[in-house]
Order: sequence, then C-alpha cells, then structure tokens
Amino acid sequence: RRLCILKGIYPHEPKHKKKVNKGSTAPRTFYLLKDIKFLLHEPIVNKFREYKVFVRKLRKAYGKSEWGTVERLKDNKPTYRLDHIVKERYPTFIDALRDLDDALSMCFLFSTFPRTGKCHVQTVQLCRRLAVEWLNYIIASRSLRKVFLSIKGIYYQAEVLGQPITWITPYTFAHDHPTDVDYRVMATFTEFYTTLLGFVNFRLYHSLNLVYPPKIDGQADTELKPTEGKEYAMDSESYLEKLSALSASLARVVAPAHEDEVEMDEFPVEGETSEEMDTRKKEQEALEKQKKLFEGLRFFLSREVPREPLAFIIRCFGGQVSWDKSLCIGATYGVSDPSITHHIVDRPRPEPQLVGRCYLQPQWVFDSVNAKMCLPVADYFPGVLLPPHLSPFVTEQEGDYVPPEKLKLLALQRGENPDEESEEEEEEEEEEEDGNDKEEEEDEDESEKEEEMKLKKMEEQKTQSNKALPVKVTAGKVRLEDRKRLEQEQQSEEKRLAIMMMKKREKYLYKKIMFGKKRKVREANKLAAKRKAHDTAVKEEKKKSKKARRA
Amino acid sequence: PNPHPPLTCLLLCCPLQDIRNTVGNIPMEWYQDFPHIGYDLDGKKIYKPIRNKDELDMFLEKMENPDYWRTVQDKMTGADIKLTDEQVDLVHRLQRGQFGDVHFNPYEPAVDFFTHEVMIHPVTNRPADKRSFIPSLIEKEKVSKLVHAIKMGWIKPRKPKDDSPSYYDLWAHEDPNSILGRHKMHVPAPKMKLPGHEESYNPPPEYLLSEEEKLAWEQQEVAERKLNFVPQRFGSLRQVPAYSRFIHERFERCLDLYLCPRQRKMRVNVNPEDLIPKLPKPRDLQPFPTTQALIYRGHSSLVRCLSISPSGQWLVSGSDDGTVRFWEVCTARCMKTLPVGGVVKSIAWNPNPTICLVAICVEQSVLLVNPCLGDKLLYGATDQLLESYVAPEEERVQPVRWVTATAEEHSKGIRLDIQHSKAVKQVTWHSKGDYLASVVSDNSSMQVLIHQSSKRWSQSPFHKSKGMVQVVLFHPTRPYFFVATQRYVRVYNLLKQELTKKLMTNCKWVSSMAIHPGGDNIICGSYDSKLAWFDLDLSTRPYQLLRHHKRALRSVAFHRRYPLFASGSDDGSVIVCHGMVYNDLLQNPLLVPVKVLKGHVITLDLGVLDVLFHPTQPWVFSSGADGTIRLYT
Repeated sequence: RRLCILKGIYPHEPKHKKKVNKGSTAPRTFYLLKDIKFLLHEPIVNKFREYKVFVRKLRKAYGKSEWGTVERLKDNKPTYRLDHIVKERYPTFIDALRDLDDALSMCFLFSTFPRTGKCHVQTVQLCRRLAVEWLNYIIASRSLRKVFLSIKGIYYQAEVLGQPITWITPYTFAHDHPTDVDYRVMATFTEFYTTLLGFVNFRLYHSLNLVYPPKIDGQADTELKPTEGKEYAMDSESYLEKLSALSASLARVVAPAHEDEVEMDEFPVEGETSEEMDTRKKEQEALEKQKKLFEGLRFFLSREVPREPLAFIIRCFGGQVSWDKSLCIGATYGVSDPSITHHIVDRPRPEPQLVGRCYLQPQWVFDSVNAKMCLPVADYFPGVLLPPHLSPFVTEQEGDYVPPEKLKLLALQRGENPDEESEEEEEEEEEEEDGNDKEEEEDEDESEKEEEMKLKKMEEQKTQSNKALPVKVTAGKVRLEDRKRLEQEQQSEEKRLAIMMMKKREKYLYKKIMFGKKRKVREANKLAAKRKAHDTAVKEEKKKSKKARRA
Repeated sequence: PNPHPPLTCLLLCCPLQDIRNTVGNIPMEWYQDFPHIGYDLDGKKIYKPIRNKDELDMFLEKMENPDYWRTVQDKMTGADIKLTDEQVDLVHRLQRGQFGDVHFNPYEPAVDFFTHEVMIHPVTNRPADKRSFIPSLIEKEKVSKLVHAIKMGWIKPRKPKDDSPSYYDLWAHEDPNSILGRHKMHVPAPKMKLPGHEESYNPPPEYLLSEEEKLAWEQQEVAERKLNFVPQRFGSLRQVPAYSRFIHERFERCLDLYLCPRQRKMRVNVNPEDLIPKLPKPRDLQPFPTTQALIYRGHSSLVRCLSISPSGQWLVSGSDDGTVRFWEVCTARCMKTLPVGGVVKSIAWNPNPTICLVAICVEQSVLLVNPCLGDKLLYGATDQLLESYVAPEEERVQPVRWVTATAEEHSKGIRLDIQHSKAVKQVTWHSKGDYLASVVSDNSSMQVLIHQSSKRWSQSPFHKSKGMVQVVLFHPTRPYFFVATQRYVRVYNLLKQELTKKLMTNCKWVSSMAIHPGGDNIICGSYDSKLAWFDLDLSTRPYQLLRHHKRALRSVAFHRRYPLFASGSDDGSVIVCHGMVYNDLLQNPLLVPVKVLKGHVITLDLGVLDVLFHPTQPWVFSSGADGTIRLYT
C-alpha cells in the first residue's frame, strides 16, 4: 500500500469488467500487471525490508533490555530517500507544479497538528517549515491571484509559472481528531509530499535568485534584532518564527538589479489578430495592476484578526503590515503610528478611533483581492452588515444564475459608479430575470403553447374571414405578428418531426442533453426566485422599521 | 552405613534360617518344574516344602492364623517366614516414604562454606600477582593503534546525524528521454472541485438552505448529496468556527488518490442541434394533408373500416353499430345506410372502376353489395355481370357457400353472400376486381380463402397453417400474394404456387400492412407501435423501423399517386410521412415525416382505427373510435 502511494500507482477500470473478473460482476479493484511489475523493480523495496529487519532487531533488543544494542541499532537506523521517485513521477518541473495542490493542502494541514500524538514531531516541523517557505516564495514572487473564505477553510489560488495552484488551509483552531481516519495513510502521503514540496521550493527560490533555505534580508534582519525580546532564547527556533511572521523580505543571491522594470519585448505571434494582442496586453496590465494593489498602503492588524492569512495576503500585494508587538514577533510599527492607512478590526465596536485611517473588517481585504481593485470601504466598516462574500472561482456561463452582487461588482470593475446606477441596475436585473423566466417558461411549455397557438391561429383565421377587413391598420399589425408566430411554429414543428426521425441512440442522447439543460435552468430559476423572495422580505422589513421609526 | 538394606537381605539374615540357596539372582521360575528349588552351600538340593494347600486351606489359615498378615513366602527357598516387629516397622516406614533408619534426621541445619557477606580477609592466603600492578602491554598496543589511526585520520568521530532532508535542484537536467512510456498513459488525478458561492462563510442569501431543503439534505444518502456541507452564514470572520470534517475530507482525498480506479472518459460534447438529422423541409415536400377539413358524423359506435370508390367520389364505412354507411366525400353527406346486423370487420370497394361492388365482412359471411351510387350505367352493368353467371354442370366441393341474395336483400343492394364456416376478419380485392381474398379468424389451414366473384367459386390456397394470419394483400401488378402473420410477412407467387420471400418484421404483432403502388415496398404497422418499411429489392429485413407513434398502430396506408403514406394509432394521431421511392435502384427510399394530424378523441383506449388515402387527391381519411370519420386536406 505504501509503495502504491509513494509511486503513485492507482487501480484501473478494465474495459470488459466481466471478462477480467472471470464472469462475476462483484466490485473489485484492478491494477495493471505492468504496474505491479514496475513496483517490484523499485529499489526502495529493499530499503523497506531493511527497515522491517531493523524494527525486529530493535524489538528484540528492547525485550532483552540490551540497552547498548538499542543505542547502536538506533544509531544505524536505515533511512531512505524519495528523490528518485519524485523525479520519476514528475520528469519535468511543470508536472510537479501541476500536482502541487494536494501536496500544499496536506502540508498546511499537517503543520497545524499538535506536536504530540498522531504523527512524528519532525514531520509536523518539516511541514511547517515547507509551508512557510512556500508562503514566502508567493510573497516574493507576488503570484497570489485569488483568495476565498469558505466555511471549510481559506482557499488560496496562486499562479506559478502559468500553472494555477489552489490550496486550502484550515482555520487555526485545535482539531478534534476523528477516530475513523487512518493517519498512517496520510503520513505516507505527507512523506512524499514534503519531499516534493522541498524540491519545488528549492527550484522556485532559485528561479527568483533567492537564497534557499530562506534567509531574511540583511537590513531587515538588523532592524528586527533589537525588537526581538529576551523571551526568544533559541536562535534556531526564533528564526523559523521570524520567517513565518512574513513581515520581512528575503535575502537574494544577486542584488535585484531592476530586472522587473524592464518591459517585456513584444513578439507578435503569427496568426494572432491585433485585437487578441490588445486583449492580451490589457490582461497583462490588469495583472500588473493587481500585483501592486496594496502598494503604499500601511495596514495594522488588530489582535482578534487571523494574523497569518491577512499578513500573507497584504504582503502579496505589496502592502506593509504590522501588528501588536505582543501578538507575534516581527511587528514593525505600533498601533499609534500615524502613517497607518488601514486598520483591520473584527469587533463590533472598536476602541477610540484614530483619525486618518480606515477601520475595516477583514473581508475587505479578501474582496478587494478578488475584485482586483480597492473596493469602496463604506460597506466594510466595523459593526456593519457585510455584503456577501462571493467565490472568485466561479465563472458564470450563459444561462447560469448570477447573484446580483456579482453583477454589481462587474459593473464596478467596468468603472461605472455604483451609487447612481445601482437602483437602475437592480431594476434592469429584475427585468432581465423576468425575461429569463419568460424564456424558460416558453421552453418548458413549448408544446402546450404551440397547441394553444394553433387554436388561436385558427380562431384568428376564422375571425378574420368573418370580419372581412374591419380596420385596416390593426389588421396589418396582426398579420405581421402572425407571420412571425407562424414561422416559429413551423420551425418548431419541423424540429419535432426531425426529432421523430432520429435514431434510437441519438434520440436518447439528445433527450439526456436536453434534460440536463432543463435541470440547469430550473436550478437557476429556483435561486433567482429565492433571492427575489428574500429581497422583498428585506424591503418590507425596512419599510416596517421606517414606519416604526416615524411613529 | 547403608540406612536401608534390601529387604531380601534382611529376610535372609534371619537367624532361624540356615538354608542358603546358591542359585544366585536368577528368575525362580526356572525351577518351577523341578522338585527342588536350588542348592545349599554343600551342593545339596534344597527341596521345595511340600505344598498341598488348596484355596480352602489358604482361607482357613487366613482366618485362623493371627500372624498370617506378617507371613511372607521366601521365593528362594519357598518357605514361609514370619516377619518380626522391626521388619514390619521397616516396611511401614518405607511405604510412607520415610528413611529406613529411625534415627536419621534429614532436616539438619545447613552450614554455608562461603557466606554472602564480604569478608575482610582473603579466602586464600596467596599473595597478589605482579601483573596486577603494571599496565597491560596488549591493551597498550591496541590503544596506541587506535590513537595512531585517529591521528592519521583513519577513524573519524561519529557525526551527529542530520535528519533534516537536504534539497537540491532535482530538475536541473530535464531530459526528455527520461520521460518513461508510463507517463504517456498516465492519467493525472483530477483536481478537487473549486468552491462555489454556497461554500462562502457569508454567502448570498439565496444559497442558504431553507428548512425543507435542510431536512431533505439530512435524509439523503451521504454519497447522493450534491453538497457535502450545509451552507451557513456568519456575520463576521471572528465567528467562523473550525470545520469539523476538514481532516476527513483530506483523508478521503488521499483515499481517492490511491484507491480510485482512474479512467479517461470521453465527454460527449455534442451540440444537441447537430444530432437532429437534416431532413428536407416538409414545405418542399408538398402536397400533403395539413388541416382537418370535414367530419363525417352518423355512426353511433366505433368505425372500424373505411373504403373509397376508385373514382374517389364515394366513401364507405363499416361500424360496430351494425351498419355500413355510404358517404359523399365532398359534402360529408350520408347517401345510404345499410344495416347488416353485425359488426363490420372489414370493407373493401372493388378497385376496378368499371365494377361497382363493395365487399363487406359481417360475422361469418362476406357480402358483395352493389351500392347503386354514381353512374346508373355502371352499376347496372355490374348487376348484369353478376346475373350473367351460369352455374357449372358438375358441383364442385367448395370451402364456402355462395348464396344469392333474396329479393328483400336485393332491394337493399346485397347481391351475393359468401358464407364461411367461421367469422371473417378481413377481405381484400385484387386490382383487376375479379378475385377477392378473405381471412378467417381460425388457426387451421383454411384461414385464407381466395374467391372468384365472376365464377362464384372459392379455393383455399394453403395446405398448412403457418400461424395466425393477420392481413393478406394482392400485389397491384404482379401475381404475388402477401400474407402477414404475427411476426412475418410471406410473399407467395400465385402462378408458380410457391413461397418467394419471407420478410422479418422485427415486430411483436403485425396489425396492418400496405403495399406501395409500385409494388416494391411494403409497410407494416404493429401493435408495439412500430412501423416497418420493407424494400423488397433490398432485403428481407426492414429498411427502416419508425417509432413515431406512442401507442399501438392500427392501420397504415399508401397513397396511390403521391409519395405519401399514413399511419393511424391508438394515441389518436395520424402521422403522414413522405415516402419517396426512386426509380433508380441505387437510391434508397427517402422517408420524412411531414405532418402529425390530431383530431380524434380517444375513447375506450382506442384512437384511430383506419386510415385511407383519397385515390387522386392528397387527402387522408381517418376513422376513429369516437364514431367519426375525418378528412384532412
């Protein structure tokens, strides 16, 4: 099992399950014979055997209480490395980056485990170290793109060498460890993931000309020294903590020689129109802008705010961040610093406010990052009912339900002033929704409507013949509509007839697709209806409260 | 001193005994058969004591002798010895496991030679060696060797172990050759699904579950749930608790990664519009009936069958109310009503335009009726033709009886009555108008009968029954005869009198059959709502199987001139299809549904019972279970 995990061997679904399973249809997992043979040739198998022997010897020595032997055996404990397996599984660096999602999530989870029980202390420490290194790299390269506060944890998405990498970190609370989870399996995965992540980090640091293992920049280090209190006795430990404070930039191998400012030469790709070029250029500009989102802003984190994620995000977008000195090592400036522009608090009624800074709830930071712009701060003042926090990972396609907040956000991004147009927009939205509803209803009740229309048409024909040109103008109009409807009707009928002629298999497929589409529409409708109900309820409440106030 | 001397020795030591046996330690059985038992010291025989005691003596002695219990027989001499008190005591002690000697004490206090306490004086008086005062040369040699090795750097102190892993640029030399073949077939694990709006800690209100939805969510199976969590809303970030299933989720992901079989699945990404076949537009295939034009009302029960005169002026319909009605097509007027006194199963107008004759199936008989409509010359000629029959001299044995109508019947228009032995199901005319075939609902070989109306004689063409015959048909131009049983259609050559073809319909139960006027194509409707189109030149299997109707097909019809065919079904609709047959043999027929005609009301689960095309116009008649006949033009 361990070998399968380390080597990334997974079962396969055979083409003819019954044939492979010797006639029975009982569920079984099938591995390729080739894979099993491949596992047998792995040199690490011998290491595992050695380890087994070592464990046996050690147990024997303990049993005989031969302490000298125990010491000796422990000194010569066989070790194994997974480097070659990493290289074998990921022959190129890009491959490794592609599979980094799970590795990161696992490392971040293990780094929050307590130092006792469940797994080795070394593993937890190593995971913490690698996670901090990774965060530092993301800060240094400014490659964070999206963040999302979910009820499960915080999702981050970074773009490294063009690969989107998403990971989730749990909220910093103690875990209640479930009993039905096999920690050995997780530990085996983590073993491999730490190896992978270490090598990836090494490579990434070198690609940015940073020192690996990371060192805090010389100047920052000296600045930090005096602030460091006496309570940090162990130098090695405090170093990791300082790193994990994420407040200082990292040392570089080569001094940064303004490489970043050199503009990229443009190489027009053949077969690309100028429009595409423009869009690409715009995208890049937007990206650059997003990278410098918080540049020049100075943040201060209140102590009830989760420090690490916020510090990480703010630093990723060029902001400066500090916190209370007693909260964590690495604070650079105090609360009373007049240059602070934003103060992040998460309590209903903050203590006496200082002039010249915005007091904001942490969601502002997350929403601003996702919107790629500094959002208006009015909605995020402490104690205010926050606007909904939307997932940045959802890209709505045509026909999907789009929450009105998202529409507002899109409008903001386009540069429209929301205050003036918000009401109009809402109306528009409602209209749009109505329109959608109508269309959908039409889709659903097409057949019925057609019949109705037929009848109507027949009636109309009759009436027309009866009336024999009563009014000229209206008659013309009616005809026009009629023609349109007639055409529609005819087309739909043609379609139905054609559907009748479909082959059985195609018909089945067609019906399935149409069913899926209809279901999607139904779900979107349901959401829209719910929202409408909610909005009306809120409005009524508002009215009531207003009346109450007046009274 | 030996504390317990052997018993025999003791016994031998008795002072009373002088006799000593010298045989030694041998089994005494050897002397069993001899009078003596051994030899004494002088070499004289020792004779066994005379023993003539029997059991009774033994018993008496046992009872009388008080010392019997201490009397022992000496094996060596055969004499009885009385044991002394000491000897008895010894025996008792031995039996109890005690020492033989009374005075022996086995539990005397033990005295250690060396005590466990450390003494200040040596045990031995030997002076210490010199070598214990001078260093060992061998050890010195060993130590100096080690020191030398350390000095020379051969032995190094054990390094403290560094268990933190070292990293290096693993991908420094990315070598395309190192990419194994495995990586080409490797299926990378799909990434985890990215979270949507509903997973947010502060989602838009519409994503929160209502009470009912929450209840439904809880009752669903874990595997069936669409979301593996309940969306929740928290007012601010500080109120968000830890997610209790976080470790579970990571663990499940791990399990998926190494236990889930992976398979590449081709995602069907088809535009559903592309699936719809491109057919010629119905508008280009006109003319075909599109609207309901006339309704023929009059029958009080379901109208089972329809037929039309070859001129297309008159329509005849048979109904379950026991009447046959003749209608004028253009005006929907009922010209004539003929009560026949039974359910009319089938009706057929003679296709020969010069003969005005209708065949009607009523129960066990087929009536040939002259409707007396239209040209007087024409129907007069028909009557003359029927009357010109001259009975042959010799009576032939016939399966049916030909009865000439009575005067009363004659006034109604009935001319001839062909009386069958059983109920008649269907009747059909040959295109020449002389022969007609009838089907009897029977399972014998006499199911199908062919009658010649001019000679008034009938024959049964088959010797053997091949299943329940449903429909029979004459080929319009050639001497072929089609017989449809439940699953097959058999084509017989009437001239050669043999089976030419057997068509598999792929249906469960054929209900109706129609032949293309060209004669090369057949359609079969079946009760399992299928319509099979056969191309006789192509194969014996259907060229196309159309499943247009939702319920059982009752009848199918071809148009005589236009490339149209229609099918009526229990779902109350008539579907008109364009069925173009090309003269070019290479081109397959083109089948396009062009119109779904609805109008009949479904009564008694029956919709349309018969469909019929007008012989010249692109009009279609349909008769239904609601007692009406409708004309679509």
